[in-house]
Amino acid sequence: MTGLRILLGAAILGGLGAAAPFTPLWLISLVTLAMSTGLVVCGLIILWRGGLVPFGQALFFATGAYTVALSGRWFGVTDAFLLIALAVTMAALVAFVVGFLLAQYREIFFAMLSLALSMILYGVLVKSETLGSTDGINVAQASFFGMKPRGPGYTFALFWLALGMVFSAWLGVSAYLGSVAGQLAGAIRDNEIRVEYLGISVTRLVHLKLTISAALAGAGGALAALSISHVDPQMAYWTTSGGFVFVTILAGAASVPAAFLGALLFEIVRTIAVALLPGGWQLILGSVLLLTILFVPEGLGSLMIRKRATAPEKGAA
Amino acid sequence: MSALLSVNGLEKTFGQVVAARDINVDIPQGQTVGIIGANGAGKTTFVNMITGHLTPSAGTIRFEDRDITGLPSRTIMRLGIARSFQVAQVFPTFSVFENLCAATAIARSGTSVIGAALSRFVSAETSADAETAIAQFQIAQFRDALASTLPQGVRKLLDIAMATAGNPRVLLLDEPTSGISLEEKFGLMDVIMGALKARGTTILFVEHDMEIVQRFADRVLAFYDGTVIADGSPAEALGDERVREFITGTLIRSKDGKLSAGRASHA
Repeated sequence: MTGLRILLGAAILGGLGAAAPFTPLWLISLVTLAMSTGLVVCGLIILWRGGLVPFGQALFFATGAYTVALSGRWFGVTDAFLLIALAVTMAALVAFVVGFLLAQYREIFFAMLSLALSMILYGVLVKSETLGSTDGINVAQASFFGMKPRGPGYTFALFWLALGMVFSAWLGVSAYLGSVAGQLAGAIRDNEIRVEYLGISVTRLVHLKLTISAALAGAGGALAALSISHVDPQMAYWTTSGGFVFVTILAGAASVPAAFLGALLFEIVRTIAVALLPGGWQLILGSVLLLTILFVPEGLGSLMIRKRATAPEKGAA
Repeated sequence: MSALLSVNGLEKTFGQVVAARDINVDIPQGQTVGIIGANGAGKTTFVNMITGHLTPSAGTIRFEDRDITGLPSRTIMRLGIARSFQVAQVFPTFSVFENLCAATAIARSGTSVIGAALSRFVSAETSADAETAIAQFQIAQFRDALASTLPQGVRKLLDIAMATAGNPRVLLLDEPTSGISLEEKFGLMDVIMGALKARGTTILFVEHDMEIVQRFADRVLAFYDGTVIADGSPAEALGDERVREFITGTLIRSKDGKLSAGRASHA
């Protein structure tokens, strides 16, 4: 990634940040929530490029969200940066552990096993009184370096935090996608035997991808928890995972910015759909997915990146 | 001075079927060994055991005085034994250049996946290595073509070029000229051997075409029924009575055990 691109990205995000005080609060909240989804989708892109589609990414999303809620409730942690760091670490840790199992599987088995694991967490959350059961847990308002903004200021602060997270994720994921491990995703999808015979373990590569994607899902969960000020078991439910896969199809795996634009589009379509058809908004969402698959099968990102038949450097945007 | 690669009492059984038995071979540094035998004689099983694709049922494989029997293929590869495949194994959605970058990048970044996450896929070093391989294997005109679109011969060359990215000391080629037309075979082997000789690689190649074997091999291992029935210079091995009877010669044994006249060419 060139310095110019980084500068441009920083300028766009900076502009958004500066525009916040002149934007309706509901819109800022919507965008913040979309960014939390975008972070999760960034992680899905990493797996997606290797031909892996997890139907249970909500496991890590919920792990991140609950880590924020419980760190506040049990240990009185309120610093937003610390909360996010804890959430990312916990989600990555969970992925590292379940990865020993998950990384052995591919295709539908990988997808369903990841779904199964997320549903186990859902079951635990629903049954456990200490974890809030079906009602969930309220998340206390976070502080930022000791400052405790309230009212609209809190919404702005979270939004700025979200922008910072998006910027870091964009830099980090782009760097990863351009690395040997990142580029080998396509190689794993193409031919695992060859990868092994080049001297590197495919299982370990998949394990690494899973852990990185989980860290991003944990960050997304943490941001969602802070933004909604509440966590509940629905965050681990399979429909939440399905939503992430939905946005990944919408965004495509071609570029990182597309993940955030896709997430934003998803939130906007959902908000409009709920307003138009309160009882049948899924109908509209489903139609959007259908149209995406029919007309933009490679996602929004494919429209942003000019297709190169023989790319000297595979699109690590 | 012991052999670079040393195989002792190697055996492989699949249930009742004996795919390899009592194979004893010492291969010194720098030799080019042709492996011949009819289909099912155990040639590929032999290659698969050395490269860790199959675990031997009995026997040992030593490489540079180290026991490598039963190690995973990627570890064996790291130690310096690479291979190509009967059906070329490349990444079809990558260009030739990207395929070679993948090979050279892994060779450079090491076994650790963390290392692989922290090093660039296309760096000055990996592209220089890739370009060198492209030049050595004479596939420059296909540099930016997707591997899925390559002619068979070029795909074979790419497969072998990728296998040599880590500068292996031993390279096993499983039927490098299979699926290649008669006219192109010698040209292809000239390119392969030219590129490998420059590196001083010890080569074992499985081959059905006896003219290719005579031209390129210093030594021939003849396989029949899972074991080595002749081992020597091409002249010695190809002149061996049993080799003539079972592999190259005027008589071939069909599956029901009858001997009949004909040339056992599977080329």
